[in-house]
Amino acid sequence: MYLLFILLFPLLLGSFLLIAKPAKAFGLALGGSIIELIISCILLCDANTGKLPTEFISNWIPEAGLKFALFVDGINGILILLTALLVPFIIGSTAGSEKANDAKYQGLILTMQAALMGAFLAKDAFLFYFFFEASLLPIYFIINLYGSENRTKISFKFFVYTLFGSLFLLIGLIYVYLRTPGNTPSADFETLYQTASVLSTKEQSLLFLAFFIAFAIKMPMFPFHTWQPDTYTVAPSQGTMLLSGIMLKMGTYGVIRMIVPMFPAGIANWGNWVIILSVIGVLYGSIIAIQQKDMKRLLAYSSFAHVGLMSAGMLTLSNEGIQGALYQMLSHGINIVGLFFIVEVIERRTQSRDLDQLGGITSASKVLSIGFIILSLGSVALPLTNGFVGEFLLLKSVFDYQLTIGIIAGITIILGAVYTLRMIQKSMFGNASKFSINFEDLTISEKLVIIPLCILVVLGGIFPTVVLNYSQPAVDLLSKWIK
Amino acid sequence: METKTDRFMQSIPEIIRTIPLTHYILLSSALFAIGVLGVLTRRNALIVFMAIELMLNAVNLLLAAFSSYFSDPAGQIFVFFIMAVAAAEVAVGLAIIVMIYRNIQTIDIGLLNKLRN
Amino acid sequence: MSSILFIPLLPLIGFLINGLSFPKLSNPVAGIIGTIPPLAAFALSLQLFLQFDGNTQIVPLLDWISVGELSIPIAFQIDQLSLLMLLIITGVGTLIHVYSSAYMSHDEGFGKFFAFLNLFVFFMLLLVMGSGFVTLFIGWEGVGLCSYLLIGFWNKKNSYGDAARKAFIMNRIGDLGFLIGIFLLFQEFGTATYQEVFEAIKAGNGSNLGLIAFCLFIGAMGKSAQIPLFTWLPDAMAGPTPVSALIHAATMVTAGIYMVIRANVLFEMSPEVLHFVGWIGLATALLGAAIGLFQNDIKKVLAYSTVSQLGYMFMGLGASAYTASFFHVMTHAFFKALLFLGAGSVIHAMSDEQDIRKMGGLKSQLPITYITFLLGTIAIAGIPPFAGFFSKDEILAHLYHHDIVMWALAIVGSALTSFYMFRVFIVTFHGDFRGTQHQADHLHESPIAMTLPLIVLAVLSVIGGIINLPAFVGGNEFLAHWLNPILPEGSHEALEVHFASLEFLAPLAAAFIPAIFAIQLYGSKKAVPAADAEISGIQKIIYDKFYIDEAYNFLFVKPIQFLSQFFYSFIDFLIIDLLVESTGKFVKSSSNELRKLQSGNIGFYIFMMVAAIAIILAWTLKSWIF
Repeated sequence: MYLLFILLFPLLLGSFLLIAKPAKAFGLALGGSIIELIISCILLCDANTGKLPTEFISNWIPEAGLKFALFVDGINGILILLTALLVPFIIGSTAGSEKANDAKYQGLILTMQAALMGAFLAKDAFLFYFFFEASLLPIYFIINLYGSENRTKISFKFFVYTLFGSLFLLIGLIYVYLRTPGNTPSADFETLYQTASVLSTKEQSLLFLAFFIAFAIKMPMFPFHTWQPDTYTVAPSQGTMLLSGIMLKMGTYGVIRMIVPMFPAGIANWGNWVIILSVIGVLYGSIIAIQQKDMKRLLAYSSFAHVGLMSAGMLTLSNEGIQGALYQMLSHGINIVGLFFIVEVIERRTQSRDLDQLGGITSASKVLSIGFIILSLGSVALPLTNGFVGEFLLLKSVFDYQLTIGIIAGITIILGAVYTLRMIQKSMFGNASKFSINFEDLTISEKLVIIPLCILVVLGGIFPTVVLNYSQPAVDLLSKWIK
Repeated sequence: METKTDRFMQSIPEIIRTIPLTHYILLSSALFAIGVLGVLTRRNALIVFMAIELMLNAVNLLLAAFSSYFSDPAGQIFVFFIMAVAAAEVAVGLAIIVMIYRNIQTIDIGLLNKLRN
Repeated sequence: MSSILFIPLLPLIGFLINGLSFPKLSNPVAGIIGTIPPLAAFALSLQLFLQFDGNTQIVPLLDWISVGELSIPIAFQIDQLSLLMLLIITGVGTLIHVYSSAYMSHDEGFGKFFAFLNLFVFFMLLLVMGSGFVTLFIGWEGVGLCSYLLIGFWNKKNSYGDAARKAFIMNRIGDLGFLIGIFLLFQEFGTATYQEVFEAIKAGNGSNLGLIAFCLFIGAMGKSAQIPLFTWLPDAMAGPTPVSALIHAATMVTAGIYMVIRANVLFEMSPEVLHFVGWIGLATALLGAAIGLFQNDIKKVLAYSTVSQLGYMFMGLGASAYTASFFHVMTHAFFKALLFLGAGSVIHAMSDEQDIRKMGGLKSQLPITYITFLLGTIAIAGIPPFAGFFSKDEILAHLYHHDIVMWALAIVGSALTSFYMFRVFIVTFHGDFRGTQHQADHLHESPIAMTLPLIVLAVLSVIGGIINLPAFVGGNEFLAHWLNPILPEGSHEALEVHFASLEFLAPLAAAFIPAIFAIQLYGSKKAVPAADAEISGIQKIIYDKFYIDEAYNFLFVKPIQFLSQFFYSFIDFLIIDLLVESTGKFVKSSSNELRKLQSGNIGFYIFMMVAAIAIILAWTLKSWIF
């Protein structure tokens, strides 16, 4: 029942907020998301020790053999943790702004959480697809109703672009679903995995492309990324956090959950190219980020570069690659949400995100600058921060896959340092500009968002085994399907 | 008892069959084509209406001819239905045309573009 | 056992206390909290050192990353090499902490400074105590971070921030090489802990050893400021002077040498890489010394001198003279820390003036600084019987037997070193005072907290040679014996040097003659280095550091910036996004066109209908027609 609870609770609470519009929306939303986090943790712990049934299955469309099936294993457990963990911070980040008690806004965030949870929890591919698409709605409204300049066009582009990709996924999914062995077709992941032996190489190659394009747009991967910088820039900060922290992980999760075990022959055929493309994206994003002035846009490109490495690592199909990608999903989510929050904090005080207009903030706020540096270090993968573990495993997997590609991908650790340190210096150091001269120190609620995230960055860098061991059995199982 | 008229009626199919089928086909195709051209080219609603009737009758002719050739009464029954429907249609159509005329003092269909956009 | 864990833990605790409570703690309290951890760590290290029984101790700490067959522990290894490094780091570190408590006393970021220093000590200890390349790498990157934070300590000034970034990024370039080396190690051996790797190599396993050694050495080039990654070190002088002394002279920059000595088993298997190491070291030694000749910023001279001395150490490594190189690491830590701290004392007295042309005649006002600086200068110049003489001579002696050309060039470098050091010394302390009246009024000898470390280091610079005094002058070669177990067999063999040979006399001449020349030129003739505008010719090229920074800027920075703009505004906007947008625009415009078919003209509709019927008819009947 916990499974159902963590899916329905944010949905119900979100709908309540949307419909009833209570005055104390912030408290309700934050409290709800914390309850969600607690229940998720209980669920994950119990699932790990095998106490609870880790599946919930009931009929959805029995005529078509589709089930409303939810489950937890080591792989989606990490993403559930990520979602449950980040949403309280995202909601908490509204504190002090006029959005805090905007019931509609909080309601949209919570419904978004429900959709994301659903996508990660789903055991049935069509259910996954359902939530994959459903998550577009709340985020579309978040951007379209609360975004800044030019939001209509950009949210529309984002919506249509991702929807366009998803259609390929749907077509591919139906095809695979019809080919599942047994009398009635089924879209249960386990059943879908078995089709790999039935499908010919040519079919697998085509299906791989159909699936991949959907996830590649979602992640986004070079060259399907052009919706991303605009969307991240225009969306309100919480929207950007949801997008970059959690939603793009649906793409990477999809690759691990579906493409990797389902189309080994397809990966054998296209994997090399996709890895090369990912690595190009890594360098491309990093190089562009070097000259960006808008902090949000800079982070968007950096996020794009990070995701490229994840996708390259996953498609090497090695244990390290998949584990690294999973770990990096978690750490990237934490880091990027923290960084976007810092941008939001700066913007609230200075009305500017332009690096040329900022500077000297460190003398005004110690916590902010330390937090910024720690989160950035996580993002540039310094050892003993969470980013290093993921990046180390990913780079190692790519390196083992092919030496040259690995070396080229490795350049990202240099470029990452270049753009991140530039961002720190231009915003935090130097002399205060006229925008940042009267910078006020952080409020308690802001500190309460930044400090735990920083602690997570460090803890994640020192004790990664907790998470890695959690996902290991599921990844081993996945490796069996790959073989 | 068979009257002269009855005999004549019974012989109609034979009379019809004296003319080769191709001729009927050609004739009704020609009539149909004239009807189509009339609908396409004329702007007066009444003439368009007549052209439609012409097409209907072309079809009727063909149906009757085939019916006789294959001794299948179904074709002729269809003709009757078509005629009935055509009559109803004419009644409604003419009424519409009259209404249009009353409204815009013209029955030029080129001006009837309320469906645009 | 537990005391081993405390050695790195103490500075970490110091960092946390000082870092979290900054700026609430008063300066003296912060200073004490900051100084106790390295001191305690020094005491613990000393205890370990004295109790050491010759067996390598491994202390597992944490199972850090484990994925499938990959398992990376964090563990500490206590052996001969790491013990000596521990002593240097905590010993020199303590002195510099004491020094800083006075030097930084007027700084508003006092507590922060101590926090960073402690963090640095923590990472440096992690670096030398790690039992594998990955643990080493944690420290390796960590000290890079601290170096970044401390160079940019006065972060209001943008040029300091640029220097800090440059240091971090250049180090990262090296780190990438190092990381690739680690990946290769995992590929070859499935592990990166020293013992397992070295045992496998000794057993003859593993191919690609040359490549691995080369990649690891790239890391060392970055960290130890060798050509081509050396340009960050002179810029790093933007940091407070104690930082330059601790990080950019005594400890962090020697991490590369430590790493090569640590991995001597690996490097011995790839002689061509060792050869490369030697030549890079030589080139760096000469280049650094040459640039140092005409610099007028007292810290810049010392920085180039550090670059050059590090080159010597690598030269020694290239000749497989591990003991000699390590000996030089130790003595260099003493005299270079001394020189930097002395320079700091001068700068402190001169109200933050660093240009030696504006100093002069300081010996009467700063007697202790004067004497200690002189001792440091003599030591670095290689004049016997000071510490620098023995260590440098040992490297040179090995070079002499290894490669006579390298030896000869190294002698040249040694002569340059002697010249520029005496030049700085004379111009700073002798002659007439050339600063402003304001500076003259404020001239004062530094407080005891600053002079005490100077004195201690001066003593060490003088007598440091004892530690590995060669047998032929009556020494017991303690260091060689001590390090013997971890070095390849035969590499420590004592070199017999005859007093009357060229091999012995040439370094002496290289030390004395330029020193006398410098004293003559700047002391007796009272020549003062020319103002910036008057420098010309080859001297200008040298003064401007051979335009290497400009070349890097032109070759790497500018193209990447251009590429960034190009990718962003051309490829991203004009190609990829245009494609995406034009897909949308195409749909929109074609819908706009198709919309026009809905003209409302009944005749047109009918025509379309008829035409469509005709087409369908033709299509159905096509087989019939043709």
